[in-house]
Amino acid sequence: MSIKILQPGLFSTIQDRGRVGFAKFGIPKSGAMDLYSAKIANLLLGNSENEALMEITLIGPKLEFTEATQISITGLSASAKLNNDEIGLNKVFEIKKGDQLHIKQISQGARIYLAVKGGFEIEEKLGSKSMYAPITNSSKIEKGDEISYHPFNFSEEKKHAHIKFNNDYFNDELEVFAGPEFEQLSETMKANLLRKEFSISKNNSRMAYQLEEKLENNLQAILTQPVLPGTVQFTPSGNIIILMRDCQTTGGYPRIFQLTEESINKLAQKKQGDKLTFRLINL
Amino acid sequence: MSYKNPTFSAFGKQAILITWEEIIDEKLLKFILQYKNIIQQNTIKESVEVINTYNSLLVNYKFVIDNIYNEISDIKKLSEGVQFSDTVEVNQFSIPVCYDEKFGIDLEEISVKNKLEVSEIISLHTQPNYTVFFTGFLPGFLYLGGLKKELYISRKKSPRLNVKKGAVGIGEKQTGIYPQNSAGGWQLIGNSPLTFFDTSAKNPSPFQAGDKLKFEAISLKEYDEIKKQVTNNSFQFQKEVYEY
Repeated sequence: MSIKILQPGLFSTIQDRGRVGFAKFGIPKSGAMDLYSAKIANLLLGNSENEALMEITLIGPKLEFTEATQISITGLSASAKLNNDEIGLNKVFEIKKGDQLHIKQISQGARIYLAVKGGFEIEEKLGSKSMYAPITNSSKIEKGDEISYHPFNFSEEKKHAHIKFNNDYFNDELEVFAGPEFEQLSETMKANLLRKEFSISKNNSRMAYQLEEKLENNLQAILTQPVLPGTVQFTPSGNIIILMRDCQTTGGYPRIFQLTEESINKLAQKKQGDKLTFRLINL
Repeated sequence: MSYKNPTFSAFGKQAILITWEEIIDEKLLKFILQYKNIIQQNTIKESVEVINTYNSLLVNYKFVIDNIYNEISDIKKLSEGVQFSDTVEVNQFSIPVCYDEKFGIDLEEISVKNKLEVSEIISLHTQPNYTVFFTGFLPGFLYLGGLKKELYISRKKSPRLNVKKGAVGIGEKQTGIYPQNSAGGWQLIGNSPLTFFDTSAKNPSPFQAGDKLKFEAISLKEYDEIKKQVTNNSFQFQKEVYEY
């Protein structure tokens, strides 16, 4: 039993909670960009939180199911059709053999998550099913791919109606901790960074989000240092780059902020032109 | 041996960063690696991984740490009263590299710019016993220390889109090996027939921070022979125990 990919969409991948413990080999953590929405998708089906699911970006895929199962789709808002019926998000759907799902446009946010009951049946590479070449053979789902899922016995069915998707989670304010080089910034720079509204540039991907605005910078490049998903880098030319789940393990730009986990999830739902501000919080 | 007064800081709520002075130094590396071992042996429960760079350690936790300042003070205490040794035992690797013009496509350019014969470039590149400081940038990419000053050279003006797996290059003050096909801006001087990053293996790379590595010049014919062994999995990395 599998999902046949009739059209892959703009950029669809398989993700779980990521690859932990391999940074010493220079291997990115990867995992779902918005772990909040991914978690809700799994919990709605009674899956474990770490079950692999499909991450869909901006324009969704067209899929066909070869066996009956249950699915959930989570995220802010998207236009999607199950066969000929328009369907909403953040619910569980019964799937019959031969059903076609077409996710057209993500109308609010940037990513939605499609989970199947029991999860996808995919080989783990270094402890994770998350797609990241060259750890996995391909970096995204292609037309003609068939993705296997576990059989589902309808008698096991449980309702998880108490799980609610909270749209208010996704506001424009990113909470940040001071990064290792934050104290090297001048007081004016700190104030500017925390007062200004920024917008997302076209350079945004699973690896990093670059902001449109440039600020004058008094910091020099640093000796290569560890970085993490959520590290905010400030380049000597004044660009602000927020590292995301597929980021490198080391980098040479000053690290001025570290996003909270919640803020990484928030940012994962932003696309080119969307606005954000930083709010400094204490540990 | 001791390096006093590193900075301990929280790096978000799931990581602790320990930073020493900003230098690239083998003695500091040896100190950091011993500290890394102590942390790994004592925090197995919660900590998932400790990685090092030239002058820092990152202790990465699987979950949010409840009281990060307690955790920092616990980690500080781990090194108290520990006698750090001046020497460490590591693996010494020998890496075959073919410097034939087929692979060494930038040897000519370096020869002109740095006023060296191609044979001198090869001899200078194979002399040092390089130190693996850490792996980063790309999966399996080694940050090596020890390149001879005579070989320092700026990167290509625009990066090549397809540098072949195994390519050996020089960029500014560093030399390294491209573990897989990728874009890259370094000056290319040769290619190694070995596989440096194997995702099908449990340990995708045989190299650890602190290891020593020497390049050994081989002919095109030897290159092809080793490549064959690598392809049918009969190749074993040449390594021995080394103390420094």
